[in-house]
Amino acid sequence: MIKSTTISAIITLLALLVLTACGGDGDTPSTSPTAAPKPAATAKPAAKPAAEPTAKPTAKATSVPAKPGELVVLTNDSFDIGEEIIAQFEEANNAKVTIQKAGSSGAVLNRAILEKGNPSGDLLYGVDNTFLSRALREDIFIQYESDLIDNVPAQFILDDTFHVTPVDYGYVNLNYDIAYLEENGLTAPTSLEVLTQPEWDGRLVVENPATSTPGLAFLIATVSYFGEDDDYDYLDYWADLRANNLAVKDGWSEAYYTDFSKYGGDRPLVLSYATSPAAEFFFSEVALEEPPTGNVLVDKATFLQIEGIGILKGTDNEDLAKKFIDFVLDRPFQEDIPGRMFVYPVNSEAELPDYFRFAEVPSAPADIGPDTIDAKRDEWIDAWTSVVLR
Amino acid sequence: MTAGRLLFLLPLVYLAIFFVYPLGSILERSLGGESGFGFDPFKVLLNDSYYLGRIWFTVWQAVVSTLLTLAVGLPAAFLFARYEFPGKTLLKAISTLPFVMPTIVVAMGFTALFGSQGIVNSALESMFGLDEPPVRISNSLTIIFMAHAFYNYAIIVRIVSALWSNLDPNLEHSAKVLGAGPFRTFYHVTLPMLLPAIASASLLAFAFSFTSFGVVLVLGGPEFATLEVAIYELTAKLFRLPLAGALSIIQLGFTYFFLLLYSRFQEQSVVRMDLKPREATSRKPVRLWDKVLVIAMVLVLLAMLSPLIALVVRWITFDGGFGTAQMANLFSDERRSYFHLSPVKIIWNSLRFALTTVAISLVVGTIISYFITNARRRWRNMADALVMLPLGVSAVTLGFGYIIALGRPPLDLRGSWLILVIAHSLVAYPFVIRSLLPVLKGMNPNLREAAAVLGASPSKVFLLVELPMIAPALLVGATFAFAVSMGEFGASLILVRAEFTTMPVAIFRFLGLPGASNLGMALGMSVLLMAVVAVGFIAIERFRYKGVGGF
Repeated sequence: MIKSTTISAIITLLALLVLTACGGDGDTPSTSPTAAPKPAATAKPAAKPAAEPTAKPTAKATSVPAKPGELVVLTNDSFDIGEEIIAQFEEANNAKVTIQKAGSSGAVLNRAILEKGNPSGDLLYGVDNTFLSRALREDIFIQYESDLIDNVPAQFILDDTFHVTPVDYGYVNLNYDIAYLEENGLTAPTSLEVLTQPEWDGRLVVENPATSTPGLAFLIATVSYFGEDDDYDYLDYWADLRANNLAVKDGWSEAYYTDFSKYGGDRPLVLSYATSPAAEFFFSEVALEEPPTGNVLVDKATFLQIEGIGILKGTDNEDLAKKFIDFVLDRPFQEDIPGRMFVYPVNSEAELPDYFRFAEVPSAPADIGPDTIDAKRDEWIDAWTSVVLR
Repeated sequence: MTAGRLLFLLPLVYLAIFFVYPLGSILERSLGGESGFGFDPFKVLLNDSYYLGRIWFTVWQAVVSTLLTLAVGLPAAFLFARYEFPGKTLLKAISTLPFVMPTIVVAMGFTALFGSQGIVNSALESMFGLDEPPVRISNSLTIIFMAHAFYNYAIIVRIVSALWSNLDPNLEHSAKVLGAGPFRTFYHVTLPMLLPAIASASLLAFAFSFTSFGVVLVLGGPEFATLEVAIYELTAKLFRLPLAGALSIIQLGFTYFFLLLYSRFQEQSVVRMDLKPREATSRKPVRLWDKVLVIAMVLVLLAMLSPLIALVVRWITFDGGFGTAQMANLFSDERRSYFHLSPVKIIWNSLRFALTTVAISLVVGTIISYFITNARRRWRNMADALVMLPLGVSAVTLGFGYIIALGRPPLDLRGSWLILVIAHSLVAYPFVIRSLLPVLKGMNPNLREAAAVLGASPSKVFLLVELPMIAPALLVGATFAFAVSMGEFGASLILVRAEFTTMPVAIFRFLGLPGASNLGMALGMSVLLMAVVAVGFIAIERFRYKGVGGF
């Protein structure tokens, strides 16, 4: 028989747990609380460039507002940044910044489109050059051209209407497992065609372009490399890869940590980033001299991916959001990016960490622009799917 | 009975707001246009052999998976129902762990076991002096079926053994006295009594295999796409909502159809029985035959758990450090990322969300179960099928539905942890219903009526007479609600603030960058997840009552 006291105890316990679940709302992961409001008279030296041609612009400084502001930044799942960097912005602007991961790159844009006019955040990070045109067409961003754009080389200006401001860039290409290649007497591929040869049978894993950004990037690179209407076009190439027992995985994590031979899988070639060898070096458990993986850097077989941030229409905090974009383009934020996300900062003034010497920059990535991508992306993905998966 | 009627409204309102409304919103957005409800996407789908192929594949792989799961789960259920042996509680807790593990972690376990550099192949190569790894099942249908059985056999074990352990053994003894051999006894006496539970559990296993997403992709590859995968691609990535909406409705339709089939079947298989306490039905293995049987089944169970064991081994031997370095890394905040959360906080998040999910699922599930049991015969099957529908809806579809429907006050729950718990509870309450219904249907109403005649009010009847009898089923439901919530991470479309990071989310985050120490931390967190969940399962089992209780 259950005593009623037991029942009451259970109910009280459950209620307590639910209450503490509610009570947990107030915590934030960053340890530094927002600073007390500074007097409004404090102003950092104004930094508008004088007539000197060599002076580069730094952050526009204004007085710190008295009333605390709030900012919500939506990001894709791969975003990362140091808490001290965010704390810098919070103190300088008497604001509270909440960064919310909202899905993978494509999904986060799609949710913003669904929420048009009633966004769950003030800014969105994670729009890249493969999806830019969709973002612009759906008109979800507010235009803003930061002064600090002057520090960004022209090739990384993702959107010349500045609805989306570039933040970082990376290169998608194949990586190879050095140890596996040595053990099996293989040499690193120097072209894409060689991957259809028998020696590479069952030794390649890529990601699905329909679900993965690097997957889509590599597909576009093959379109650039082989062309679309030639005798041997990109679809013929993919058909040959399929005949050569290519593996396709849904996302980068699955391909890298389940199929890549470095982590117990069968395949020494994986579609990843040019900075992955540097990350392998940085994150190794034992001290290494050199990265254990290498890059396949063949002209036009790599893809330059530029990621950006934009202010969402419907935000109540437009001014603060603009300041955040300035902050994102400035050196402290930009210099923190490489060690976090293992991509390159767009600000040419930002210094790279030492281990980035192992990250190679391809000389000639695929040259297909965002408009072409937008026009033909679905067609390429459908064609690829019917050739490789069906 | 007006108070009772009002009580029935509670889950209905809950489902209306958090299931029907968001689902309707996203479907309307996908398929509704200026010209009204569009049927074009359906025409496109039904003419495209690719999608028809996907539908067919989803159905038959789910059937095969369920049969395989039954084959593995029933012997284990027998073991736990009829025998007492040292370590039983721990083994039972561990055997339910697969259900909780995120797919990518399971994939790593399978790779560690069956990959060409894995344990099985290395052992076979050295034993037989082979050059090439003999076992090559990566990215194949075989490994998908194995993974489905791995994930879902716990459902069979828990639900069936819960009922089995309370069956009156006198019936079987009578059969034996009358001359029936063991197989005849099982087939003619035990099986009919067990059928409701077996059917319930099979239905859930089928539903999970049918809507399988991570397993088919991570272990197999996109060529094994199920309906759920197709919906995910179309919704989250390609943003082709009309097609996605049409596929969602087709998936819902299939689910409803199977649920109706199942209810009809259940109708014919109800057997009234008297439930007996556990101590009377299970026994220590005394004869040699019993001991051999127990040992054999325990070994089979451990073999089923081998991917998890391989994972723990991998963690322990990671770069020679006994896994301690990885644990230390987890607790230290060297990198000072904005998103860093102490493992203690992460574990606490997982736990409090899971317990809230359990509370909601138990309340909603119990009330609905009573509603179905007391409903008029005509509507009973339909009601049963309808309330189980959330199992057949794609998570990403519902996620997008929440974005649209729950984006404006007073229902603006974006960013709140409530949405996460609600989403979990939608997957969890069907477990409560499925484990409760066979017991409710089989319960002897005389007991209830006797209590009422003796003067007990309805609430007292429930608390003092019925609750002890449905307690085992409630515990099973609670266990699964706990498991579902602890293991769920696919709700990434549902905005969750960094401070609400749960363990599976943390694991996935570690696996987002290359590098051995990231893998090490993911392994460490996975082992923590296994440990916390196992402790949770054992703790839930402590809630059993004397008399008819526990398993």
